[in-house]
Amino acid sequence: MKRIAAALIAALLCASAGGGAAPAAVDQALIEGSAMPAKLSAFGLFAGNDPARPVASFAYTLRTPLFSDYAEKHRFVSIPAGKRATVLADGTVDFPVGTVIVKSFGWPDFNEGRPVETRLLIHRASGWVALPYIWDADGKDASLAIAGRRVPVAFKSPDGTAHAIQYGVPNRNQCKECHSRAGTIVPIGPKARNMVLADTVGADTRALYFTNPAALKPVMPRWDDPASGTLQDRARAYLEANCAHCHNPEGSASNSGLFLRWTDPVGVNYGIGKRPTAAGRGSGGMDFAIQPGDPDHSFLIYRLESLDPGIAMPELGRSAVHKEGAALLREWIAAMPKDAH
Amino acid sequence: MRFHVLSLAAAMVAVAASPAAAKTINVSAEGADANEKLQEALILAEPGDVVQLGAGTWTLTDGLSLDVDNVTLRGAGTGEGGSILDFSGQQGAGEGLLVTSDDVLLANFAVLNTRGDGIKSKGADRIVYNELRVEWTAGPKEANGAYGIYPVESQDVLIDSVYVRGASDAGIYVGQSRNIVVRDSIATENVAGIEIENCFDADVHDNIATKNTGGILVFDLPNLPQQGGHNVRVFDNVVSDNSTPNFAPKGNIVASVPTGTGVLVMANRNVEVFDNVFEDNGTANVMIVGYRYDQKDPKYQPLPRQIVVRDNAHGKAGFAPAFPGGAEIAAAMGGAIPPVLWDGAGDAIVLDDVGILSLGLPDVTTPQSEAKPVPVKLGGTPPPALPAIVLPEGMEAKVQ
Repeated sequence: MKRIAAALIAALLCASAGGGAAPAAVDQALIEGSAMPAKLSAFGLFAGNDPARPVASFAYTLRTPLFSDYAEKHRFVSIPAGKRATVLADGTVDFPVGTVIVKSFGWPDFNEGRPVETRLLIHRASGWVALPYIWDADGKDASLAIAGRRVPVAFKSPDGTAHAIQYGVPNRNQCKECHSRAGTIVPIGPKARNMVLADTVGADTRALYFTNPAALKPVMPRWDDPASGTLQDRARAYLEANCAHCHNPEGSASNSGLFLRWTDPVGVNYGIGKRPTAAGRGSGGMDFAIQPGDPDHSFLIYRLESLDPGIAMPELGRSAVHKEGAALLREWIAAMPKDAH
Repeated sequence: MRFHVLSLAAAMVAVAASPAAAKTINVSAEGADANEKLQEALILAEPGDVVQLGAGTWTLTDGLSLDVDNVTLRGAGTGEGGSILDFSGQQGAGEGLLVTSDDVLLANFAVLNTRGDGIKSKGADRIVYNELRVEWTAGPKEANGAYGIYPVESQDVLIDSVYVRGASDAGIYVGQSRNIVVRDSIATENVAGIEIENCFDADVHDNIATKNTGGILVFDLPNLPQQGGHNVRVFDNVVSDNSTPNFAPKGNIVASVPTGTGVLVMANRNVEVFDNVFEDNGTANVMIVGYRYDQKDPKYQPLPRQIVVRDNAHGKAGFAPAFPGGAEIAAAMGGAIPPVLWDGAGDAIVLDDVGILSLGLPDVTTPQSEAKPVPVKLGGTPPPALPAIVLPEGMEAKVQ
């Protein structure tokens, strides 16, 4: 994926050199209309429809991202010329109508690193709309897959393990299951506490696209970098990025009473000594989501390490076990005093 | 027992009365892309539309979902020759079908062998489940999914004339909802036949709950967004032979339900159990208990309060009490314990002319091992009768 990253940086530099405004190639009328074009190219979000050449206002990464079957994700935002986003007090970003958040998924060692899918989150006057596109076999364009699809992919994870999985491209409803707040679609990743704008995005560009660029201060640690935060904070960052989009009082898992946002207190409703609610087989015969000091009797771990749809968490978007993520949470639970609840 | 049968004429009237723009989207089980076409129809449907499933079997690998208000998903029947959604090869999603929109009608199809829950609806107000079959076809197995029919966090729920078998938790489970009717349905060979949990205002009537571990449960649990379950009426049901050994995965609350339980009320207030027919429930026909697990939720009320049991017909019960110490108590009482079992916590009024056994454990923190079983009378004047649940007219019209 290095090749793509290099091209991406080059593209961004070009964009910046042009004054920072997104080139006219983006079809803003289409973005802000009501259509769901069959082909991704219609939006003009990639120069020459080359996934390595995004037409971006800015690219960003996340300090702690959602695990998606070890996929490498490339994210950028397109904000219409003349409009600006605002970081709100709770750290979420209020993007103007006409914004598109674009995320491409691929594996460096699969299909020459070309993306398998590109997901769009489009802010229309009626609200956010989620559209999944799967890249065609010839790699020249991507096709709308409103009902989702399973795509066979093969790759090696960082520890060298070979994986061959039926990767699940979500359908439009599934996009919403995670991106839902009180029943409406909202972005998840781009929050001030987690979002890191690419180094190439200078102060001018930040000021061009944000009313309050100084508020872009990522405070969450990197889950896999011990230098960036304590064990507990890295575990909390991981839970925020991987679970909290559903596990919050306005999310798809509100009824569970398990709330895993960065801002939630680490108590019963964070899983500590919490009995299963509607877990079914997900309890794995255990009494508590988190049994302090005992990861082997914490069904939160059991569910993260399972691939069985009746057990596995998250329920969507995971066809491989995130060994390294589970190891972090195991370490965190093991380090808790046994009488912590 | 009155079973609602949707006549063809009624269906045609319903279609004719729909707004002009509403349409029927026909979906076929034939073809390599049948699954994608079905999910696509559920996404592209517009309010007022009917998604009509043809006869046949869909072999699904992923969960289906519906997020459009006022859509009907209707099949050609629940049995042979009907519309069968078979999830035996499911690879993803926590349930077979997920509904997250309001005013939805699900009718006349079957959901089989999901890995997780069968049909879940969340935040789906005024949902109607009618003439459905949700089944794990191999019968009771711990590997079966948890809930068959699973509405949660919804206002106005109607479950009418469904059949659920094999759920490793509850066949019909209504959680954290308000204004609920579960009627004319059959729940068999589940751990819990029907479970009303952390709900306000529910009528459970004219159902058959048989061969489950426990027939009908009315529960309230701590640490959840909606708690304080109350105003539940359980009446005119047949609750018999709930003798299936508990096959729930340990840790879940229903894993603690003793085999042979008829109706079990835990930590609710104002629950009325009346005019039911009980038969062959080896532990008890009616059990009334507190929530006895360790918990520190200051907002939670663990005691059953103002529970009324009256005018039920009691057949044989209490002959195989499947709780710790139960066999010894039964032996001491001549082979069986009385049909009504109370742990001694909270308060209840039992007007049925049958024996009542108290375990003498008024404090829920006292372990059950310290039970002091004693026959008791629980007479008194019941609180004013609860009103019948009334659903919005449009919901009732959907099942006429």
